[in-house]
Amino acid sequence: MFSRAYRVAITLPPLAWVAVFLLLPYLLMFLYSFWSVSSTQIIVHSWTLANYRELLGKDVYWQTLLRSMWIAARVTLLSLLLGYPLAYFLSFQAGRHKDLLYQLVIIPLWVSYLVRAYAWKTILGSDGVLNTLLQYMHLTSHPLGFLLYSPFAVVLTLTHIYTPFTFLPIYASLEHIPRNLIEASHDLGASPWRTFRSVVLPLSVPGVLAGATFAFVLSLGDFLAPLLLGGPSGIMISNIVVSLFGAAYNWPLGAATSFCMLVIVLALLFLSEQLENKWSFR
Amino acid sequence: MASLETQAKNAVPSGSSSPLLSIRDIAKSFGKTPVLSNVSLDIAEGEFLTVLGESGSGNTTLLRIIAGFEDADSGEIWMAGERLDPLPPYRRRVNTVFQHYALFPHLTVAENVAYGLQVAKWPKMEIASRVEQALTMVKMAAYASAKPATISGGQQQRVALARALINQPKLLLLDEPLSALDANLRRQMQMELKAMQREVGISFVFVTHDQEEAMVMSDRIALLRGGRLEQVASPRDIYRHPTTAYSAQFIGHTNLLRGEVKDGIAHCHSLSWRTGLRDGPGVFSLRPEDIRVATGSSACVRFRGRVVQQAFHGATELIQVQCDDGQVLALRMTGRENTGGELQLEFAPADAIPVRDSSSQS
Repeated sequence: MFSRAYRVAITLPPLAWVAVFLLLPYLLMFLYSFWSVSSTQIIVHSWTLANYRELLGKDVYWQTLLRSMWIAARVTLLSLLLGYPLAYFLSFQAGRHKDLLYQLVIIPLWVSYLVRAYAWKTILGSDGVLNTLLQYMHLTSHPLGFLLYSPFAVVLTLTHIYTPFTFLPIYASLEHIPRNLIEASHDLGASPWRTFRSVVLPLSVPGVLAGATFAFVLSLGDFLAPLLLGGPSGIMISNIVVSLFGAAYNWPLGAATSFCMLVIVLALLFLSEQLENKWSFR
Repeated sequence: MASLETQAKNAVPSGSSSPLLSIRDIAKSFGKTPVLSNVSLDIAEGEFLTVLGESGSGNTTLLRIIAGFEDADSGEIWMAGERLDPLPPYRRRVNTVFQHYALFPHLTVAENVAYGLQVAKWPKMEIASRVEQALTMVKMAAYASAKPATISGGQQQRVALARALINQPKLLLLDEPLSALDANLRRQMQMELKAMQREVGISFVFVTHDQEEAMVMSDRIALLRGGRLEQVASPRDIYRHPTTAYSAQFIGHTNLLRGEVKDGIAHCHSLSWRTGLRDGPGVFSLRPEDIRVATGSSACVRFRGRVVQQAFHGATELIQVQCDDGQVLALRMTGRENTGGELQLEFAPADAIPVRDSSSQS
């Protein structure tokens, strides 16, 4: 229908964009991950698998990775527990307030990530809002230490930040359920709870999967929340990558770590895509 | 007062003792728009009742109120001696075939049909055999394990019917179930539905805007107009004895003769005939097939008409003639080949049915 020249002209810019700003940097990282650093802090361009060997061999990487996954898993679970009922309420119960409430859920996304992370810092700190309040009410005699600089603080902050990301796909999938299916279920004698279990929940699985994937993948790779609120016990894998590229000046090892993360994330995305396809019916 | 009158009028025809469903004085408005006003209607056991009306006449809303998806603003619904309207939809022994079938996309055909029985916690073996039976009845047994998205509209229709009937409701509601099908399939499904209704003996309340469909399928037609019942009668009655000009025009084709009654004689332009009506303005419905070529019978009203249009309908032709007095009438004839020319025509006074003028609603 369109001329060949036209088709080339409209597909070339995005392709070039992806090539220059995505594929090329990844390729460079990939190459770096097979190089090494000399004792004089110079990057040696000779091929080696030493970086990957170190990664797989040292406990600290495994521990950090597992901790990151554990934090991400808790964030995912919490944001689903918060996001699903919220989405359900908005989609089925909110009536004419729906649009307003929807905006209220979205607004935090417009606020800088950094501001929200710092906000938690002022809430959770030893002189923070929460500790002051608890002591004022004589519920505690001294500031609670575990509130800040702990995995707890990281999970809390990440849950706050990523709940809208789980809410959105769940809400979209609930909005897509034809309402006559719910009427049909009631018509056939199913109570509201039974209808939820047998019709609404199965039909919202793709949204739940998409939301869970967002929350898990985004929190797995997060580095600001652990940096600001995690303390030594809340370090995540991205913090290691940051320090390898920064203070440690070991780009090759940093690149190898990044690559392992990329593989894990891509595998997760692939898995979630497969599951979503299995659960979609249109 | 008025409602009591309509109640009596729309009651089930004599012969059956008490109605299965009794709709009493239902009113409903959405915001400030009244959708149903003073609707009273009885439905007999085993009856096929069609709620006929243009889109927006309130027919779907009436069905949704019976099913329980909408609450009426006032009025009551009784089913077999029990108040139905306070119950939630899942407690009513009423099932619905939805306009767009509303099959569960994540379940197979068999699982869709089994849904109602599973909800009611029937034993597994029993469910399996009942589902098979139901699917066989609607000729869909071969598709038991198919997903709804993979079968055609007509097939989905059958599955929806099997799913709604498996709980053995006392009353089945059908919301324009055939409107999405093409003309041929539609005619076929009309016949099948009617046959199936006779077979299972369940009362059907069928909503449609298609008067032909209503005529073909129903035991009785409830004609809704702007949220009010215009006339409730059997297809034959409503066709032969329309009570209002709207009924006469909506059901089949008709000529409306507007005139004056004076001293027991109806005058309409140059036509006049003896009638038993009181003096005053009068409207008469005259079906096109009741006008025929003059035979010379003295009891008939005779007039001359010039053919202005002729439409071939297969077995009959619909001919528009202009009378000497200027008015245009439609008549239906068989075997008239040539077009144009003048005709000597007549109709029997008894065929001019006096109707209430309902052009203005009150």
